[in-house]
Order: sequence, then C-alpha cells, then structure tokens
Amino acid sequence: MTAHVQISLEVNGERIDAHVPPRLNLADFLREHLSLTGTHVGCEHGVCGACTVRVNGDIVRSCLMLAVQTQDASVETIEGLSDSGEIADLQAAFRDRNALQCGFCTPGMLMAAQDLLKLEAEPDRDRIREHLSGNYCRCTGYQAIIDAIETTARARKERTS
Amino acid sequence: MNEPVNPDGLSVLDRPNSYIGKTVPRPNLERLMQGRGLYVSDMVLPRMAHVVFLRSPHAHAKIIKIEADAAKRVPGVIAVVTGKELAAVITPWVGVLSHLKGLKSAPQSAIAIDRVCWQGEAVAAIVATSRAVAEDAAEIVSVTYEELDAVTDMRTALDPATPVIHPSLGDNLAFERNFDAGAVDAAFADSDAVVEADFIFGRHTGVTLEPRAVVADWSAAEARLTIYQGTQAPHMVQNLAALHLGLGEAQVRIVCKDVGGSFGIKVHIYADEMATYALAKLLRRPIKFVADRVESFNTDIHARDHRCKGKIGVKNDGTITAFEIDDLTGIGPYSMYPRTSAIEANQVVNLIGGPYASKHYRARARVVFQNKNVMCQYRAVGHPIACSVTEGLVDLAAMKIGMDPVEIRRRNLIPDNGYPCAAPSGLRFELLSHHASLNKLMAMMDYDKLRAEQAALRVKNIHRGIGIASFIEVTNPSAAFYGVGGAKISSQDGVAVRMDATGSIICQTSITEQGQGSESLTAQIVGSVLGVSMERVRVILGDTDNTPYGGGTWASRGAGIGGEAALQAAKILRKNILDVAAVILQASPSELDIVNNEVVNASDGAPRIELKELARIVYFRPDTLPPGIQPEMMATRHFVPREYPFAFTNGVQASWLEVDTDTGFIKLLKHWVVEDCGTIINPQLVDEQIRGGVVQGLGAALFEKCIYDERGQLTNANMADYLVPMSGEMPDIDVGHVVSPTSETELGAKGAGEAGTAGAAAAVSNAVNDALRPFGATITEIPLTPQVVLTALGRI
Repeated sequence: MTAHVQISLEVNGERIDAHVPPRLNLADFLREHLSLTGTHVGCEHGVCGACTVRVNGDIVRSCLMLAVQTQDASVETIEGLSDSGEIADLQAAFRDRNALQCGFCTPGMLMAAQDLLKLEAEPDRDRIREHLSGNYCRCTGYQAIIDAIETTARARKERTS
Repeated sequence: MNEPVNPDGLSVLDRPNSYIGKTVPRPNLERLMQGRGLYVSDMVLPRMAHVVFLRSPHAHAKIIKIEADAAKRVPGVIAVVTGKELAAVITPWVGVLSHLKGLKSAPQSAIAIDRVCWQGEAVAAIVATSRAVAEDAAEIVSVTYEELDAVTDMRTALDPATPVIHPSLGDNLAFERNFDAGAVDAAFADSDAVVEADFIFGRHTGVTLEPRAVVADWSAAEARLTIYQGTQAPHMVQNLAALHLGLGEAQVRIVCKDVGGSFGIKVHIYADEMATYALAKLLRRPIKFVADRVESFNTDIHARDHRCKGKIGVKNDGTITAFEIDDLTGIGPYSMYPRTSAIEANQVVNLIGGPYASKHYRARARVVFQNKNVMCQYRAVGHPIACSVTEGLVDLAAMKIGMDPVEIRRRNLIPDNGYPCAAPSGLRFELLSHHASLNKLMAMMDYDKLRAEQAALRVKNIHRGIGIASFIEVTNPSAAFYGVGGAKISSQDGVAVRMDATGSIICQTSITEQGQGSESLTAQIVGSVLGVSMERVRVILGDTDNTPYGGGTWASRGAGIGGEAALQAAKILRKNILDVAAVILQASPSELDIVNNEVVNASDGAPRIELKELARIVYFRPDTLPPGIQPEMMATRHFVPREYPFAFTNGVQASWLEVDTDTGFIKLLKHWVVEDCGTIINPQLVDEQIRGGVVQGLGAALFEKCIYDERGQLTNANMADYLVPMSGEMPDIDVGHVVSPTSETELGAKGAGEAGTAGAAAAVSNAVNDALRPFGATITEIPLTPQVVLTALGRI
C-alpha cells in the first residue's frame, strides 16, 4: 500500500498531527482516527449529506474529501460547533420543534443550516428547503427542520436589529 | 380502594401537571444534536475485527469454487470464511409461519453454500483488522460461478416453462390466499357500473440513513454472546441468535443503542447479521459489520412490488356494491425470517375496501419466488397497496357515474355510529371516525375553494388536481400477527418502574427507540401517573439483560402496548408510595396524592412529604418504619391486547398538486392528513410521525423504485440513481386529529406510525388523475415518474 503521509491541521481549534494513508477520506479520518463520531457516514458518495463538516469555513462532504487535502486546514465538526455554543440557539429550536427523530442526519443538517444562516439573514422557506436539498432525512419529512431553521433565522434577526 | 376518588371523574392521566396530551421535548435529543449519540456504526471494542462480505454478482448461479489463499495472505486479514465453513457454527432457517396456510420456503444459510439466489447474496466473509484491508482482500478472492437462468418477472414465475428456483418446493408459488365474502357476482350484476383497473406498485426499499450494523462480541470465558445491533426487536434477535448458534437464550444479550432509522428495515434477521454473530463465535473476538450503501440496496429488505387487478361495482346513487382483487407479488428467493414474506399480500387481502360499508368482497393473492433481493415488511405493510387500489377504484367509480369523489365517500364510508362492526375480510373495528375525519379534512383544506381555484387555473392551461384517500391502519397487534403462527416474537410488552433513594424514577421498558419518541412517551406516562416531573424519570430500553421481556417497537405498537404497560406499572408504584407515605404520615392513603415530586393532601393540596424524603426513609432508615412494613419501590406490569387482535385506526389524506403536461413533472403543493389514533400522548410526536410517514409514502408515489434488469441485476443501487424525497420537493403537511380512544386500555392510545405512509401515494395518484381528467388519461402505476405521466398522456 502507498506510504502514509504526514498531515497537520486544526480540528475544532485543536492542533492535530497525523500519519494517514493517502486514500483515507476525511469522514473516516474524523471518525476512526480522532473518534469524532458525530460526523456520520450515510452513502459514501456525496449524496446524503450526513458527513457534512466545515473546512476553512465552507461546508463540505467529508466523504468526498481526502484527509491529506486538509493539510493546514481548519476543520470543524458538530462536536466543535456544539462546544463553542455557535449553534446553541439552532439546536434549541430543533429540540423544541422535534426536528429530529433518529438523529443520524442531524449533525449534517445543523451544519448545512448554520451555513445558510451565516450567508443569509432571513431566508424564506423555499430558500431553506433549497439549501438543505442535499441533506437526506428519512424520518421527519423535513417540515419540522424547515420550521426550526426559520424560527432561528427570525430570532437571530431580531437580536441583531 | 386505595386510589383517591376523583370528584371530577378524571382518570389517572388527567392530573395536575399531567404530561399527557402535551408537547414536551424528547429527553434524548441533546446527545443526538451534539453528535454524541452512540450508533452501532460508532462502536469500537478491544480486539474488534471488521467483516466485509463478498457478494454474488449473479442473480442465480452455482458456486463451483472459491479460492481465497491469496486473500488470506494479505497483511491484516484474520480469516476468510465460506458458507460451508460457517455452517459448522450456525444452522439454516426457513421463513414460514403456520397461520399462513400453505406458505413455503427453502432453507436459507448465513452465507450461501452451493448456490446463490440473488445478486448480493454473500458467498464469503473476509475478516480483517480494518474494513479497508478486508475490502482489499475481498477483491482478490476468486469465485468460479456457473450462471443459472434467473427468474425475474413475477408475471411468468408460475409458468411451466419458468425454472423452479427451489426444486424441492415443486413450484415458485410461496403462498396463495383466496377469499370470498357475500355474493360478489350478484352484487356486480346488480351494479349500474363496474370499473376495472390494473394497479402497479414499484419495488422500493427503506433507505435508512444509518445502514444496518452489528457488533457481535463472543466472550469465550463467559460463553456468552453480546450483540450490539440497531434492532427494533431485541428479544426476537436474542431468541433466534441463540437458536441458530446452539446457545441458550441466557447466553445471548442484545444491546440496542441509538438507531439511525428503522421503518421495518431493522425488524428482521438478515443472513449477513447471522453470519456476523457466527463469526464472532468462530473467531472468539468482537466482529463488526456495517453495510455500505450498495449492500444496503442489495440486501436490506425490499417492499411492495405488487401488480393488483381491481374491480369495483357501483350504483348510480353512489352505493358501492362490491370489491374484487387479484394481487400478485414477487418476494425474492426466500421468505424472510422470521416474520415471513407473505404478510404483505395477506394484509392487502385484509385491508381492501376496509373503510367502506360494502359487504361483498372477493380476493386472490399470490406470492411468488424470484431471483431478486428478499422482500418483507416495511413501514405500513400492505396498507399503501390496499389503500391505493381501494381509493383508486372508488375514484374511478365516482368518475364513471359523474359523482364528486368526496360525495361518493360520504355515501359509503362506515357511519361513525356504526361501531363495533366488522369488515368483509373479518377485521373487527372497535370505533372509527371516517366521517368526522373527512369533515375535518374538508374544513382544513377548504375543499370548495380549492375546486374553484382548480377550475380557474384549468382555463390558463394549468393542471392541478385534488386527491382524497381514506384509510384504516392496523396498530397495537396482539399475538394474532406472529405468535399464533409459531414465531417467537412477543406481542406483550413490559415496564418496570422503580423509585430510587433520591426520589428519582428509573423505568425499564421492552419497547425500543428509533426516534419515534418511545423514551419520551414512557417518561410522560410514568411522570404523569406518579406525579413526578419528567426530568426525574430516566428510561432504559434496548437491552435484553436490563429490560422486561417484550416485543419492541414495530407495527405501531409502542405507545398503545408499551405505554399501557408503563401506565399500569406506574399505578402500582404510586399505590405503594402512597401506602408508605400513609404509614409515615399516619394518614389514610386515600387522603394523599403525589404532585410535583411530593406527597400532598388530596383534599387541599397541602404539602406533606417530599418523595426524596420518603425515599430516604425507605432506603436508609427503614428501622423507623413500623414492624411488618416492607416498602416495594419497584413495580412491573405487562400488557397485551386480548379483546381485539388489532386496534384499528383511521384517517383521511388529501393531496393538492400540479402536473406539468409538457415535462411530466409533478409538483406537490400541499398535503393534509386527519388521523385518529385515540388518546394522544404527545401531539408533536404524533404529528411528526404522520409527516415522516407521509413523506415516505410520497417517495414511493413519485420517485422510489429498485430497477432490475431481465437478468436480475439491480441497476440503481446507489443514492444518486435511486431517488428519495429531499427537502426541495416535499410540501408542507397539515395534520389534524379526531380522537376515538380504544377502551381496551386505560390509556386509550392506538398507533400512529404508519398512517402517513398508508394513504399518501393513494392521495397523490388520485390527485394526478384528477389533474389529467381533461386529457382522458388515467394512471394506476407508481412511482409516477415523468415517463409514466408522459406515456399516459400519449406524449412519448
């Protein structure tokens, strides 16, 4: 097998140095090497969105990115966003609206939702549906998720205005 | 009588601070939202190895030779195990039940031994220190096959010229049921119009976001197997794993942590799961199996795949005279274990015409073997077929006699004051509310206004349709489902409730959680009955060592059966607490109540003693209690319905959509559901079960289909080609309720998990046909892809 590669990156604000096989994808690196199992693997071909994480501020499918591509990058996972409090209001809205059932899609959903809320102050329901259209949820039928994100957007707008 | 007499006649659930009927957040959400749940795919155990299954590329072939020497030499490979080698530690099984008369199937092995019968059946297990290494090694295992003719088309599966998949069975017919009630021929002869149609239902599957996953851990020292699995039915898995591995049940423990979606996909026993248990025992170490997405499509049970000829008779006044069906379904090469693959067809026969008063009904259902993936029970088993056929026929009949689809339903739905009664198929209905539900639906959707809008848009060449679908749903199943047929699947559930030394409550239940809210509803019921706040109630589920024995969560039984057991257990504990409180306070138990975690006077609510103080005395200072007083701070109760085999629920759905007659695309604009599940424990959880169920039904209606070619190759086994509903295409769904509690339980709750899926496709199909009415096109096939729509319109 191809020799391992040395990488250095930041994950949730923590400096990480690791030796990884070149073929290792970022999702498996996070889950298996760093035990950050909040990043879920649903389809392994970039369709379901369960493995969505943030790399240098942009959301990516961690199953479609290699770990070696994160050299010098800043990677943020659901654990990091939870601990920093960045999405505490969004999580509270998800809880109040029961916007998750089995919860397997939820870390990716929250990542995608927070991405939209950072880009746009008050997205309407169609815009929210469009932005989440790459994140598969089999349980909820989506409506509760859309409601929770809409509620969070309004609350954030009120706080800032 | 120790229960306080309530002057208002309120039940134990209508108490101050009751959680029943209230929306409260589920207690287990926080860990899931923080990415700190524990799904089986997250688990790691010391010395754990990973198994990858090499799977057949052929739908039907003899296995001539398996060469694995090179693979065994790959660094990190622990073992390569064939079906023959694994058969030394695990026995095969046959998926039949005695109450499905005539159902037959062939022995199925954990790994194929001489022959593979569908594309995706495992032929060897590769166990290695990592999954990547196992996958590398799997690529160099060489299997020589001799390809056999594949039986793929269910329509010709019974033809004499078609090869018989299991020669020992004599033919490819797994099961046939014939049913005849009333005087069907006379009823058709007496009709003003008779309408027939062929209904076609695509084969689809559950696509749980977390694939099936198992960690099996054999302890050679304890001679005990611990299986971590995302299953809906832990005790069923325990029983079958023990049976086929030659172990006692006490030697097998099933632990079920967080489950990433189930919907019936995870209520069965799969061959690769059995193989994983056996490998753990064979190799004496923990083995992990996580299906990848291709494997999920090729091996998770598929569902539906019916072709159903339907016939309805109607009089000019709208009276439905009779229903007749001839249903055909293909189930793959084996009847699934242990619930069998004949249940869906059997349900179709049971449920056709169910909402209606017509008494004349004839049915034939045939279930045939094919060389495709196995088929079995998936959310709303049989309901979407029965509902689409029934409601499609009712709409066709209405169209034929020129009657509004709502009006024909009003004239034929069983009257709300007509209960109890029975359907022609023998189903017994305790109390349903079809008319109240339909009336509520009409108000919610503003039917007349929508009809006016539809007419106004027609002239602008915009083609919108309204579709209505009434339905019934089987919930709270008794032993009639599986137990009477010999399956060791519990139909009763148990709950143990105890108060600990600080006054907090631990509750162990045999129902399981896959996101429906089992944990929440249990805590709500127990908290309400005991007068304890929910945050003091901890619920434990999914562990055969640590919960009462029971069925689990499937067939919409968790709230109705597990909830009643929780209620009854909590009542006993409440009595025991009040008995002790009465001794301590030198009062009569009937003078006392528990509210907000403290014992109070029943009369004026004055505080008497906090539960934590009572618990302190019970556990740490029992010496201060009078002689002979032994407090019992733990109570267990079980429940199973005995009077009715099933608690039927009912409801009605409506779809409002637009068909683009140039492209064939369907845009869903709005969906409504009125549902009657009896007592509602948590309105939000019920509504979200309905919405999630509807969207699964919408997926089947518009997108989802496992496309096999004529050689039995599944051609779209990935999420890019197999389309599922995503947020962008789904409508908002309004949900309303009518409440007709079952009087078989004190709780009064019936199930709600399958109502959405039961009627969604029927509503959409009827709406599409309503939209296409000016074109004279009628479609009775799902999924309603653009190709199907354009073909019906004669555009392609």
